[in-house]
Amino acid sequence: MSARRWAGDLAMGARFALTGGREGWIRALLTAVGVGLGVALLLLTAAVPDILDARHAKEDVRQDFSLTPPKIPAADDTIVVAHVNTSWHGADIRARLVAPDGAHPPVPVGIDRVPAPGEMYVSPALDKLLKAPGNGLLRERLPAKVVGTIGERGLIGPTELAYYLGERGLDRQIGHDPGVGRIKRFGNVSGESSEGLDPVLLLLVLLVFVVLLAPVGIFIATAVRFGGERRDRRLAALRLVGCDGRMVRRIAAGEALAGAVLGLVLGTGFFVLGSQAAATVELFGVSVFPDYLNPTPALATLVAVAVPAAAVLVTLFALRRVVIEPLGVVRTARPTRRRLWWRLLLPVGGLAMLAPMIGQGADNGNFNQYLVTGGVLALLVGVTALLPWVVERTVGRLGDGAVSWQLAVRRLQLSSGTAARMVNGVAVAVAGAIALQMLFAGVQADFTKNTGQDPNRAQMEVDLPDGVQVAAAGAKLEGTTGVRAAVALSRTEYSAKRLDPDNSMQLIVGDCAALREVATLPSCRDGDAFLSADWSDEPAARKLLAPGRAVWVDPSYSGSPGAEAPWTVPAKLPKVATRKDALSTDLSGVLVTPSALPAKALTGLRASVYLRLDQAVPEAEEQVRTAAMGIDPLAYTWTWEATTRDEKFDTIRTGLFVGAAAVLALIGASLLVSQLEQLRERRKLLSALIAFGTRRRTLTLSVLWQTAIPITLGLLLATAVGLTLGGVLMKMTAVPLRVDWPSVLSMTGIGAGIVVAVTLLSLPPLLRLMRPDGLRTE
Amino acid sequence: MTAPAGSLLAAEGLRKTYGPTVALDGAEFSIHAGEVVALMGPSGSGKSTLLHCLAGIVTPDAGSIVYAGREMSGMTDAERSALRRSEFGFVFQFGQLVPELTCVENVALPLRLSGTPRKEAEKTGRDWMARLEVDELAKKRPGEVSGGQGQRVAVARALVTGPRVVFADEPTGALDSLNGERVMELLTDAARSTNAAVVLVTHEARVAAYSDREIVVRDGKSRDMERAV
Amino acid sequence: MSIGHTLLGLLESGPRHGYDLKRAFDEKFGHDRPLHYGQVYSTMSRLLKNGLVEVDGIEAGGGPERKRYAITDAGITDVEKWLATPEKPEEYLQSTLYTKVVLALLTHRDAADILDSQRSEHLRSMRILTDRKRHGDLADQLVCDHALFHLEADLRWLELTAARLDKLRTEVAR
Repeated sequence: MSARRWAGDLAMGARFALTGGREGWIRALLTAVGVGLGVALLLLTAAVPDILDARHAKEDVRQDFSLTPPKIPAADDTIVVAHVNTSWHGADIRARLVAPDGAHPPVPVGIDRVPAPGEMYVSPALDKLLKAPGNGLLRERLPAKVVGTIGERGLIGPTELAYYLGERGLDRQIGHDPGVGRIKRFGNVSGESSEGLDPVLLLLVLLVFVVLLAPVGIFIATAVRFGGERRDRRLAALRLVGCDGRMVRRIAAGEALAGAVLGLVLGTGFFVLGSQAAATVELFGVSVFPDYLNPTPALATLVAVAVPAAAVLVTLFALRRVVIEPLGVVRTARPTRRRLWWRLLLPVGGLAMLAPMIGQGADNGNFNQYLVTGGVLALLVGVTALLPWVVERTVGRLGDGAVSWQLAVRRLQLSSGTAARMVNGVAVAVAGAIALQMLFAGVQADFTKNTGQDPNRAQMEVDLPDGVQVAAAGAKLEGTTGVRAAVALSRTEYSAKRLDPDNSMQLIVGDCAALREVATLPSCRDGDAFLSADWSDEPAARKLLAPGRAVWVDPSYSGSPGAEAPWTVPAKLPKVATRKDALSTDLSGVLVTPSALPAKALTGLRASVYLRLDQAVPEAEEQVRTAAMGIDPLAYTWTWEATTRDEKFDTIRTGLFVGAAAVLALIGASLLVSQLEQLRERRKLLSALIAFGTRRRTLTLSVLWQTAIPITLGLLLATAVGLTLGGVLMKMTAVPLRVDWPSVLSMTGIGAGIVVAVTLLSLPPLLRLMRPDGLRTE
Repeated sequence: MTAPAGSLLAAEGLRKTYGPTVALDGAEFSIHAGEVVALMGPSGSGKSTLLHCLAGIVTPDAGSIVYAGREMSGMTDAERSALRRSEFGFVFQFGQLVPELTCVENVALPLRLSGTPRKEAEKTGRDWMARLEVDELAKKRPGEVSGGQGQRVAVARALVTGPRVVFADEPTGALDSLNGERVMELLTDAARSTNAAVVLVTHEARVAAYSDREIVVRDGKSRDMERAV
Repeated sequence: MSIGHTLLGLLESGPRHGYDLKRAFDEKFGHDRPLHYGQVYSTMSRLLKNGLVEVDGIEAGGGPERKRYAITDAGITDVEKWLATPEKPEEYLQSTLYTKVVLALLTHRDAADILDSQRSEHLRSMRILTDRKRHGDLADQLVCDHALFHLEADLRWLELTAARLDKLRTEVAR
């Protein structure tokens, strides 16, 4: 009997949820939208592993290099590929030059044939960019004829910029330019997988997910409680017509279930819509194809089961202290004062779980993922346990004030639980975000490398491939629009042996003006040579510096032939002091003007041109890139920055920002919904208060206080918990403890902003509710 | 027709429609200081709308309302609110006490809205509660008192500012006879003692019997029985 | 109202003179119609004859007849029986008012006017009763409430009739 009775009761509840007239519909819809948004986010999260996989798989399929290149002889079925990545106004362009060796070369993924020299396949996004007005400089840089577009299979995202350009004569660069190689086919041939995540990075990824999902869970729990009071009254009416206590609980469960299932449907809809929209959106430089967003089936099933189950459990939990009598709802007497001790169990337990891992980041030990997840979750969920206690204690002590304050405080005193529930989500999200921001700020130092570049001395650098006339290239770049000065410096080395020497000495080649950028020269004429003051002490080096010694410039190494130019160490080699602000810290050794070297030595130079730009010229950087491409497609142009960050680190932080934004928006929506619902419940009372002359401002302020007081408490608690968690995490990763106040303030600021936004958005309905028409009974 | 001389609150030619529904169709009204006037009529006749218009809660579509020599239609919303705060008192069918505030805080609320300091407002509130024989409920919340007690608290709240007009919309509608009569006695006694006028909307004759005269509202039109006779 | 039973009931609290009886009766029940002395004495002699009261004593001097009456056991039983017997409910057909309303409709006069002025008249009586009730003791209140509820019943009939005037008009016109 019981299974059928159960089903009957649940179905009845579901019917109530859907057919309760206009009110019922609105409530069901609110619940469904709330749950739906949560489900969409959960599904997105469930899809993230797939997104990463899909991108990774595509990256694998088109891979055209390996770290340890096998020696492949030119054959009918081989191709030479050169990496010539560039960028356009900060957006990276994946650029490849391809030169087939024979008639049957492998074809890059996504295009149907290898472009002939002077032909080019471009990605749709790049195609659009090339055709857009105002991008003449880009067209000048890529003048080749576009013969087709790269298909989706060859791109990792719809907005990716990429091209394949047909070229000839690339093979002479093999072995000289690490970006040029010969391959037999595209795809990951070496079986090298990309490097695994650093345990600290892994910890960060894990934390981002935990921190984002905890508030989503809390949000769903809040959403199924929308309209609770009205539902309680309806259940009381059911008791009156003969339902027993268990039946009404089952009916309530049925109602929650209906809302959750509807939410699942809506959530799937949101998710599908969102993934369609995703194709057109690029967030923080990452774009994805819609079909990447396929949630892992197991995770999707988990979401589909867990959400309705959670909805039912939350409903039953919320009803646990409610006695539904036929004549109304009784909340078990005066609710007992909240006790602190068990509420402390969660956060303390969380700390206990994290404690054993303190310091493990230092020796690259692995973190126990379960303990980390459990510990962080316990700490964060602990916020929701502590907050009602904090709110109750605090509002219980709040004193006198204006009428608006009194109305708000009294209401909070009477229902501090509701108030705490409203801000739980925000508090948890902010606590998690603060902890992560702190950890990020700390770890940032570790993952940020000092490049040794001084953007004040030069803003760009063009590295020229072998065989380019340095002086001509320098002159051409100097004449480019937006370039104030170009400094051409080349380097090579010389040694005592012609082949595979053990010791070598670096040679820096440049004209007098260029050398003065590196060292302080007392006098200089073409033909002079100097020695950096900081080089001579090692015995091996001393030998190589003996005046008149015969040496070989650019010796050969097995597999990498050099120029092998004979040279004699000059008799006069005055020591000169290296400039503290030399263009690069490694520009030291023997400094020579070009005339001091034999002509043959000048062929094997690795030349770089350092550029000082006129920042006032708007497209100076793009001008330089275009000019460099004109000098040689293999010229590598880049912008100087004082520091670089690990890119993976950036991606994780991006994830956190995107996620936190989404979660807070979601919570804001739920806050607004419950706020409006509370206002509607009090419609009559509001009208009565207006009737006897209450100023609208007073009521508005009281609504603001009602939200502001709990949110302030919530944010304070969130800050405390966030700082604690952040501190523990920093200890775990062995990062020096430091509180990043700007990020704490910005996170709490965002939380506060959400509340202000919600209050502002609930004002128009509030003003409408406060119209005296509310007094009309019909 | 002009308002009878000496009337405190008078209205004529009141018209008000809610969408297609005509709530008032040329209703008129007048009341003297210290007078208790019952607005009677079947439900849906427009008596509540007439009360809302007279109290400045609802603006009529046409017609004039003169309170103490001032035309109300010329007042801004803020002015009418101020008037309701300081000169009018209100009693509704279901009390409409603020559930979070204690009874004495509810009673003191109108005073506090006009800027009276809390202590003083609550002292006055307590005095009024004593007059309505509910002073022992001061610290209780509305949810903890009976309907009759709550309504007495509501009457105390309506009278606490010493209003010149008290508007009572079915003040006994939710009460049994005994409690209803007691509330009416206390309300009219208190109003008489302060020379306040009472506009009483009711459909019960025994409640209307506490008035000095009645005005019958039917189909949005009013009929002053005293002047008709 | 049975005056005999009422007087008997008054005697239950203790023996009284005829004059006392009249005063007590008037005070409690006779607001509208005070008893005549004659009525008291004729009633008392009937009760005496039936053995429901007895003469407790006669006071000399002063007034015409200063008999003091006391209730007998038979009298107490009789009062008990009277109180225990339910009254036959009286149905008042509002004949006069009804006739007026129907006539008004037949002659195309405004029946609502008749009802309104009747209500006004009823309310006038109710105001007087309410006022008396407010200044009287508990017994006053009970008596006045009794009258008030009857008047209210009339008024409710009036309201209902007013609400049905349209229907009544078509019926009468038929």
